[in-house]
Amino acid sequence: MIRTEEMLLNVGPQHPSTHGVFRIVIKIDGETIVEAKPVVGYLHRGTEKLAEDLEYTQIIPYTDRMDYLSAMTNNYVICHAVETMMGLALPERAEYLRVIVMELGRIASHLVWFGTYLLDIGAMSPFLYAFREREVIINLLNEISGGRLTFNYMRIGGVKWDAPEGWIDKVREFIPYMREQLSGYHDLVSGNEIFTTRVKGVGTYTKEDALSYSLSGANLRCTGVKWDLRKDEPYSIYDRFDFDVPVQQKGDAWSRYRCRMGEIEESLKILEQAVEQFPEGDFAKRPRVIKPPKGETYVRIESPRGEIGCYIASEGKKEPYRLKFRRPSFYNLQILPQLLKGANMANLVAILGAIDIVLGEVDG
Amino acid sequence: MLANEHDQDKSKAVTNDEGRSGKASAEERVREIKRKKELAKKEAEGEGKQSARSAAEERVRKIKEQKEKEKEAASEGEGGNSARSTAEERVREIKRKKEAAKRASDGDSSEPERKAARSAAEERVREIKRRKEQAKQSGKEGEAEPEKAAGEDDAKARAEARVKELKRKKEEARKAKENGEKASADDAKSGAEARVREIKRKKAEAKKKAAEGGRDSGSEAKSAAQERVREIKRRKAEAKEAGGSGGEKSEKEKKIAAMKAKARAKAAKAKAEKEEEQEPSPNQPLLDKYVKVIGGHLGEEVLEESYINRLAKDVPTLVAKPGTYYKIAEFLRHNEQLAFDYLSDIHGVDYETHMEVYVHLYSLQNRQPVALKVKINRNEPEIESLVPLWKGADWPERESYDLLGIRFKGHPNLTRIMMPDDWVGHPLRKDYEPYDVEV
Repeated sequence: MIRTEEMLLNVGPQHPSTHGVFRIVIKIDGETIVEAKPVVGYLHRGTEKLAEDLEYTQIIPYTDRMDYLSAMTNNYVICHAVETMMGLALPERAEYLRVIVMELGRIASHLVWFGTYLLDIGAMSPFLYAFREREVIINLLNEISGGRLTFNYMRIGGVKWDAPEGWIDKVREFIPYMREQLSGYHDLVSGNEIFTTRVKGVGTYTKEDALSYSLSGANLRCTGVKWDLRKDEPYSIYDRFDFDVPVQQKGDAWSRYRCRMGEIEESLKILEQAVEQFPEGDFAKRPRVIKPPKGETYVRIESPRGEIGCYIASEGKKEPYRLKFRRPSFYNLQILPQLLKGANMANLVAILGAIDIVLGEVDG
Repeated sequence: MLANEHDQDKSKAVTNDEGRSGKASAEERVREIKRKKELAKKEAEGEGKQSARSAAEERVRKIKEQKEKEKEAASEGEGGNSARSTAEERVREIKRKKEAAKRASDGDSSEPERKAARSAAEERVREIKRRKEQAKQSGKEGEAEPEKAAGEDDAKARAEARVKELKRKKEEARKAKENGEKASADDAKSGAEARVREIKRKKAEAKKKAAEGGRDSGSEAKSAAQERVREIKRRKAEAKEAGGSGGEKSEKEKKIAAMKAKARAKAAKAKAEKEEEQEPSPNQPLLDKYVKVIGGHLGEEVLEESYINRLAKDVPTLVAKPGTYYKIAEFLRHNEQLAFDYLSDIHGVDYETHMEVYVHLYSLQNRQPVALKVKINRNEPEIESLVPLWKGADWPERESYDLLGIRFKGHPNLTRIMMPDDWVGHPLRKDYEPYDVEV
């Protein structure tokens, strides 16, 4: 009988595969993980505390820094919460502009995940392709908002600027280009036996676990739950578009990969329709005074990582009394100890990467 | 003060050359006037009458002396001799005057107003000193200790008393704050009001004084400023009238006015609409269903309140009592009819009067949302953990504990998650004060 001894191993907080500052203390028995203890909070900036002294418009740039891979959806959730409280109706053009930039952001975010996840598990070139396409989107968003990563583009009652001339045409041109590249990804990666063997059956959990752990986004849909807030609690103008919600059944890393790649396609579908329907008119109808009535609200929307929510308790003032973000990465990461328990040490990065976390969002 | 005296002496020298009798009478008159003013001032102040009297006496004595000197000088005869003697006399006179001034606190001055003010101030200082002295003595009766030591003791005692008083006040303030008593707020308010009144009174006094000072220039400036303001107003009005046809400014104003009117109309309309739509809400049947089912299984008394939160997309909101919170949550989770299997969010809010935990649930089976709230004691925030029902409540509850200090009973690992483990305080509490070792 061989006697084995458990060993403590510290991963992070500075580790490339954690995509930020994230630390896991793991106990390993040989190659098998016995216990994993995630440590977060290294990037906690106290956004919610800061927001209590800021006017609503001033909070928007802070939301850019939470999920910095898809800042547009963060911009949207705070604006949407305030607009819901104040009962504001947006001009058509503003809604379309918002949807277009959000869907572009969703594609960019999934591209980053696609590139870095494959990089994590040892494939170099998909990363370069993914970032090449992402650069096109970043340039488009830069053109409309003036920022490449932190856009600060949305305002309560609309958006900051109208689309520059010819911008919509550029988006229109981008759609077939992206479709072509996407089929290239499928040829290069999705059918690659090394990759599929590497991720199939890794980090599996059931539908019940996913629901109990409050997972959302692709992490939930990969277990067969057809749940997308764009469809099920329609906000903005998402009820006008015809698109599917990609669902997988296995609940493993491979299913999550399939879900996210499917979402890029669906986002392209939405973009295509939005560009066709793009109306004339005002790009914003901003209220002169932004003072939501006394009370509280909670709204949630679908971000690339899942369900992002915003709770505001208002005292009828310019500043929120209490602001709370329901950050999907924070909720999604909770399941990690369960997934790592009993897993092979070499799968640590494959499991962590498949959850698709952004540490700026985890730590608020 | 010295410069003034020199001036006075110069003028005196001139008068000396011209004729003594004239000078003497003139000086006499000037002094007389000064004395009167001084006396009037003292009387008006009604303070330090005694010392004022002594000052007046001093002056009278001085005048007498001077007169005698003058007589002597006159008897000595005229010429170089007498000139020298008068010069010497003057020097002596200056010295005497200085002393006298010191004693009588500027009894005679060339600029009555300024000097009077100063002497009055000094008078007051003396008065205060005297009173203190008296108080000290009266308080020290029977004590044989030296005055200085006693004074020190006294000072110490007073300082201690002050410190105690401060502490007491702080304590009171803290208690009042903690209890969230409105009374304290009222107190503070009334205090603030008193302060405001005090300031107003002071301002009024200052104004009065200024007016009494008879500063013509000041009032002139004021009237001139008023004139200017009037002028500007008139011009504006003119511009408004003239610009009716197409002035840029008036257009803007018109626009603003129109917008304001619009906003008002809109607000009124919105209000009216709100009042109208107060009745039907698409989620009202849902809320009724929840309340009915909960009431049927757990009893009518478990809910504190239930309403439709119109600000949050009409989400049915249930407010549980602290004792029934977990029971209701468990029921919402496991009841087959309701089946709220998804926890969307859980967090706390510090409302200063109480702490609130907000839970947003969703039923994927029925595609229906519900918000569950519970109000708990702010000083001892404690409530059951929901981790046994939804594993996803783990980290958010830790976050609430970390940032607000809410303790969740039955939580498997209730430790800080965002802040460092050795952090002091809970930053999102409204009474949070950053703790710094060096301060």
